Amino acid sequence: MGCEPLPAGRRELVHVHEVEVSLGGRTVLRDVDFRIAEGEFVGLIGTNGSGKTTLLRTILGLQPTSSGEVVVAGREGRRGGPVGYVPQRVTFDHDVPVRVADFVALGVDGTRFGLARRGRGVRERVDQVLASLELGALAGRRIGALSGGEQQRVLMAHALASRPRLLLLDEPLANLDLSGVHETIAVLDRVRRSEGVAVLLSAHEIGPLVPVMDRVVYVAQGRVACGTTEEVVRPEVLSALYGHHVDVLHVHGRVVVVEGEPGDPGAHPEVVVR
Amino acid sequence: MHWLVEPGFWSNPVVGPALILGAVVAAVSAAVGVVVVVRGQSFAGHALTDVAMAGGAGASLVGATPLVGFLLAGIVGGASIEAAGAERVRDRDVATGVVLGGAAGLTALLLYFVSSSTSATGSTQSVLFGSVFTVSPSVVPLGVAVAAATLATLFGVRRPLLLSSLSPELAAARGVRPRVVSLVFVVVLAASVALSALVIGAILSTALLVGPASAALRVSRGLVGATVGAIVAGVAAVELGIVASYDSFYWSAAHRSVPVSACVVAVVLVEVAASAGWSRWRRGRG
Repeated sequence: MGCEPLPAGRRELVHVHEVEVSLGGRTVLRDVDFRIAEGEFVGLIGTNGSGKTTLLRTILGLQPTSSGEVVVAGREGRRGGPVGYVPQRVTFDHDVPVRVADFVALGVDGTRFGLARRGRGVRERVDQVLASLELGALAGRRIGALSGGEQQRVLMAHALASRPRLLLLDEPLANLDLSGVHETIAVLDRVRRSEGVAVLLSAHEIGPLVPVMDRVVYVAQGRVACGTTEEVVRPEVLSALYGHHVDVLHVHGRVVVVEGEPGDPGAHPEVVVR
Repeated sequence: MHWLVEPGFWSNPVVGPALILGAVVAAVSAAVGVVVVVRGQSFAGHALTDVAMAGGAGASLVGATPLVGFLLAGIVGGASIEAAGAERVRDRDVATGVVLGGAAGLTALLLYFVSSSTSATGSTQSVLFGSVFTVSPSVVPLGVAVAAATLATLFGVRRPLLLSSLSPELAAARGVRPRVVSLVFVVVLAASVALSALVIGAILSTALLVGPASAALRVSRGLVGATVGAIVAGVAAVELGIVASYDSFYWSAAHRSVPVSACVVAVVLVEVAASAGWSRWRRGRG
């Protein structure tokens, strides 16, 4: 299950190079090594607590590595790179006096100090991003007055506003119902094409992502492995990932992943998770 | 205007400086207060008033201008709250409480010395309740300069400040350093508390910081509108308070004035109550 090579004709955007991360003396990620190409849609799949958030924070430069390095767009990973981030839990109080359009504008100029007014270019970019995420009607609303799903969409607009080359999303599907999940994935797939941005999205369920993913990075026991969807979405691979038997069914042209009970026989011990 | 102000108001030499300083200080407090409310830092704002009190008492002990004492103590106190490095809200609360307790103890000690020394008569009164009518005219330019610098700093950091107030993690991911931003803001907050301590006294300066801001935030939807509204409400409260305090000399036969600070806080409370009523009425309709 190697991570090489990148899809043909694609240029490298991210290289996570032999990264090891410890939290409170415990090694939570080791030998993590993979690449993401420009414009790729990559799913980061793993069970809760497997280190997905830590890996995303490491790519952002928020989490120091104990060894190895992360290179984003040719620069060794540090904060403030061309990366948009949608954290898992950001909720705004109901009475936060910030309009959607203003919050999205902070995605462009939220790092700028100084007395200058917000430029017309920023406002035009905000309108553009809001339109492409179908948020135009919410532009004047207070962010705290929106539903959880709407807030998440606004966070995506905030993350995209600065024209990042990589968009990191931490469990954006976790609190959505099924139609919300499919809608979010469809919007992300459309936006990554129109914006030319690579997407790395963490989730604990692979199923809904299969139609749009170029490749999968999966995390288990602090290690990762990756490959194309076809390489990874196979019973023996997913069984090794989850530690119990998993079936992959192909039904009416769709891929359905069915998990067995923990402790179920049928795990495939010959597959080694790198 | 005779229905509003008693005779002699405009010709009285203490009135002009009081109105100017009061308006400037109210504007700074209100603008800073909006950020305080959004960040949920009212408690830190209140703790800084206790710190400022200690500084004001110390300044009058050594014969310096109270404003300088308010400022220095506030900045040191604010920086030590930040230096405690509490990222979680509860830890920050505890650090703030510890600083508050220490400062209150120091204030009590210093005010004891002040009140037992004959050379500083009236200082305790002015530290606690403000001294806008008795402030020396030479302090007015200093106050206006500090106010201008405070507003300019707040305006200059507004975007990183707002972003890290909404989500420290988002701000950090973009390369903003939330610790630096919050340190700058606590200095801004200390300066604003020092200014309002000068006008309405350390004890009541929290009211001027949080009151107009919270009233305006109820009424307006966006941050710009809230800030403008808070400034209007704050300036109105201080100016009306000054007028009422001056007029109150003529209200009773005994000619006992109501202090400016009490009048200002009364107007602030009316504003807060009115905004609460208005937002309830609007919610009931919509």
